[in-house]
Amino acid sequence: MASTKASKEQKYDRQLRLWGDHGQETLENAHVCLINATATGTEILKNLVLPGIGAFTIVDGHTVTGEDAGNNFFLSKDSIGKNRAQAATEHLQELNSDVSGNFVEEGPDKLLDNDSEFFHRFTIVIGVQLPESTCLRLGSVLWSASVPFLVCKTYGLIGYMRLVVQEHTVIESHPDNALEDLRLDQPYAEFQNHIKSYDLDSMEKKDHSHTPWIIIVAKYLEKWLSEHNGQPPKNYKEKEAFRQLIREGIRKNENGVPEDEENFEEAIKNVNTALNPTKIPSAVEDLFNSEQCKNITAQSPCFWVMLRAVKEFVHNEGNGSLPVRGTIPDMIADSQKFINLQNVYREKAMQDAAAVSKHVESLLQSVGKPAESIPEKDIKLFCKNASFLRVVRCRSLAEEYSVDTVNKDEITSCMDSPDSEMVFYLMLRAVDRFYQQHSRYPGVYNYQVEEDISKLKACVNSLLQEYSLNVNIKDDYIHEFCRYGAAEPHTVSAFLGGSAAQEAIKIISHQFVPFNNTFIYNAMSQTSATLRLLELNGNLPFADLFSSPNLPM
Amino acid sequence: VLFFSSREKKRRRIEDLTEKMAVDSGHRDGGCDWDGRWNHVKKFLERPGPFTHPDFEPSTESLQFLLETCKILVIGAGGLGCELLKNLALSGFRLIHVVDMDTIDPSNLNRQFLFRPNDVGRPKADVAADFINSRVPGCKVVPYPFIEFHIIVCGLDSIIARRWMNGMLISLLSYEDGVLDPSSIIPLIDGGTEGFKGNARVILPGMTACIDCTLELYPPQINFPMCTIASMPRLPEHCIEYARILQWPKEKPFGGTLDGDNPEHIQWVFERSKERAAEFNITGVTYRLTQGVVKRIIPAVASTNAVIAAACATEVFKIATSAYIPLNNYMVFNDVDGLYTYTFEAERKENCSACSQVPQDLQFPPSAKLQEVLEYLTENASLQMKSPAITTTLEGKNKTLYLQSVKSIEERTRPNLCKTLKELGLSDGQELAVADITTPQTVLFKLNFTA
Repeated sequence: MASTKASKEQKYDRQLRLWGDHGQETLENAHVCLINATATGTEILKNLVLPGIGAFTIVDGHTVTGEDAGNNFFLSKDSIGKNRAQAATEHLQELNSDVSGNFVEEGPDKLLDNDSEFFHRFTIVIGVQLPESTCLRLGSVLWSASVPFLVCKTYGLIGYMRLVVQEHTVIESHPDNALEDLRLDQPYAEFQNHIKSYDLDSMEKKDHSHTPWIIIVAKYLEKWLSEHNGQPPKNYKEKEAFRQLIREGIRKNENGVPEDEENFEEAIKNVNTALNPTKIPSAVEDLFNSEQCKNITAQSPCFWVMLRAVKEFVHNEGNGSLPVRGTIPDMIADSQKFINLQNVYREKAMQDAAAVSKHVESLLQSVGKPAESIPEKDIKLFCKNASFLRVVRCRSLAEEYSVDTVNKDEITSCMDSPDSEMVFYLMLRAVDRFYQQHSRYPGVYNYQVEEDISKLKACVNSLLQEYSLNVNIKDDYIHEFCRYGAAEPHTVSAFLGGSAAQEAIKIISHQFVPFNNTFIYNAMSQTSATLRLLELNGNLPFADLFSSPNLPM
Repeated sequence: VLFFSSREKKRRRIEDLTEKMAVDSGHRDGGCDWDGRWNHVKKFLERPGPFTHPDFEPSTESLQFLLETCKILVIGAGGLGCELLKNLALSGFRLIHVVDMDTIDPSNLNRQFLFRPNDVGRPKADVAADFINSRVPGCKVVPYPFIEFHIIVCGLDSIIARRWMNGMLISLLSYEDGVLDPSSIIPLIDGGTEGFKGNARVILPGMTACIDCTLELYPPQINFPMCTIASMPRLPEHCIEYARILQWPKEKPFGGTLDGDNPEHIQWVFERSKERAAEFNITGVTYRLTQGVVKRIIPAVASTNAVIAAACATEVFKIATSAYIPLNNYMVFNDVDGLYTYTFEAERKENCSACSQVPQDLQFPPSAKLQEVLEYLTENASLQMKSPAITTTLEGKNKTLYLQSVKSIEERTRPNLCKTLKELGLSDGQELAVADITTPQTVLFKLNFTA
């Protein structure tokens, strides 16, 4: 029995405050595929079902063993002997009646043999505890179909995640400490007029103490500029002098003692950030210069059309700057002064967004698409977030694994610290290699632990040799990975479960920035690292990607 | 420190119980285990390894200890608590007690997955215990009574509650000739989350940094200034606070106090807020914002709780079994942009008001009014007391200088607030005993007169 709209609002209230109704809508339209309902898999899915994704499908050909039921909250003793996909689906479905749960009682390899397009229908595919060969095969299929692929693995006390997505755009990245967009260094006409409407010297005391600090800084900046050849305060000394100038503006009582004017104190405190020059962030400049922005076609995603429109705006109406964001922080002021000032910014933002809209229209027209294909509200949202746009691009798995394109430098430099999380990446590759050779993981049974150490060491060495990696892996790690015996302890699975689910939500909602592209969690030390393994020369590989968009897999 | 050797598992007392509580002596429910059930766990308890705790000895006894003897207290059965119960149960712990005084609300259902729509209104501890016991055969989660605990794990939503727990464990420490007796230490694992941020920490009371040592990490909640709310609103939040703080008490629309969980109350505040906002041309008042402000709602999702509870449970496992060296001692997590963790050793504060055993210094001139002392106790970042009660000994007799929580005493002692310390008869070096909800034991302060 599905929930009513009101009961959903209630249930999802706490998360709606993070990603909004529009974010929730993307979740409810999503269909997630999980391959392998191990503890890690079901923990990930739990954190997607609870917030209300539209549907999930579990693909798993395995039968539930006693071991499976021992570490998996979504399998019970009765599940033993049943197909794992089916058993897990029952328990997961039960978490949230709004979600539609499905299962396929077959492994991914078999599925692909029979239907190469099976996975095309999913919003994202999450593959858990996959052997290397299956991973690479799936990676190739999903890459060609542009379906995001999240690879996860729990191995002993190590958690591993790899995001594989060609291009993921983020409009709402929700940065933690964003700089304000105040334009004090280049006040637009309406702002200038508004500043002019204030005469600090002739104001009544009450008005003087409740004038927004933005106006105060603007006024004193005008004064400074006129006295310094149009040059704003640049170094610490000058900024100090500027602060002092403002301080002298504080009204004094009949005894010459400065009054308590908190708004002036706010102005002084904000001088540093207020004087930041208005600049287009380099990340956004890079986006302007990318091929996707330069070549707008009928197939271009909305993101690029809007970005190109903003670029046009910057070169025309914007006079080199992005559209005004339109928000100001709260500050000491009386209601009217604050609201009036806020409206000056809001109206300018609306104007700029309208100008961007016109560019969007003509771009759409030029590729034969209707103007309505990009709604007004999307353009407004885009403009508001223009400084925070992000694009995440991950290299394919094939490139990661290829001897020709592996990133040796990154690996080698990380391994300068022999206990860096990179060692776990290499060990995971080594145990995969062991699996390929021996059709099992090392140390699963007690009697195997000792004898497998030398076998695993051989795998480590052959791996390092094949990729010409001149690094040393301590014997302790090889011993430890044999000891793990491919165990999947619940708490490590749960940690990955939360981490991976949130990354999947980011991919689905296009809000917040996903990791790029390898995440390692070490439960022994409670530390983690994000490794970016695939840049050939340490720079963002935009040019690289676009010169060869269809790399042979 | 090796906490629980297989030979001696000392029992730790939280309270002296006047009546013996019948404790299920943990008989082996041999019938409920199945083949391979604990394989994932056994690898870490029965095999030696290069990274284990120096005192670790692989054996089958560790698992038995977890299954039959080790008692865990989980405080809170909400977002973190549900996750913790699941994590502990699937890691081999069976004797788990869970405390929670709350009942289930619909807005819990997006992450507190042991609860279903049918459970709304029922006590969280009861429902959580039932679910786990049924899903994980052999697990015996017991809702709330205090008995004896080896380790305490907290998933609380209030700093005050944490400080209380922290203070209680510190009060149980025993010192012989100034040296701490390690067997009196009860490890406290504490987790906290807020939106996409969280932290997990290991506290060994008396040995490592405690909650109060790092109180500055939890800055006090900032409320809007009264004059802004009363006469100079600028944001929709100001309008909502106006309706909540000024209009409600005046108009008492439904009699009694404002109940944030009552939709009718929120609707009333919402409508008044909109009117106020319209007066000042302020936009942005919504029902959701109103509820958020009135209830001081903190956004929450399943994923962050999953991560933090997992880290906490891993630490419980490490400490109980010595399988690995525990986290030393604080991990911070944030997945707004990628995934970020930062692990560090929070340091003990030399003069921590909770765990340092050093009497706290109060520096004031004799002409200072008692009111100033009261403000210091509440506003100082390292103390952050809520409504401290101050007593002292004058002429051999115990005297209450000020106490807020009992109306008659508050009225009687209120005039003292305007008196100076000298007028109250206090002298340099005088000891003041301060009681407060943030600490189960009175904190001793020493008055240090300045010029």
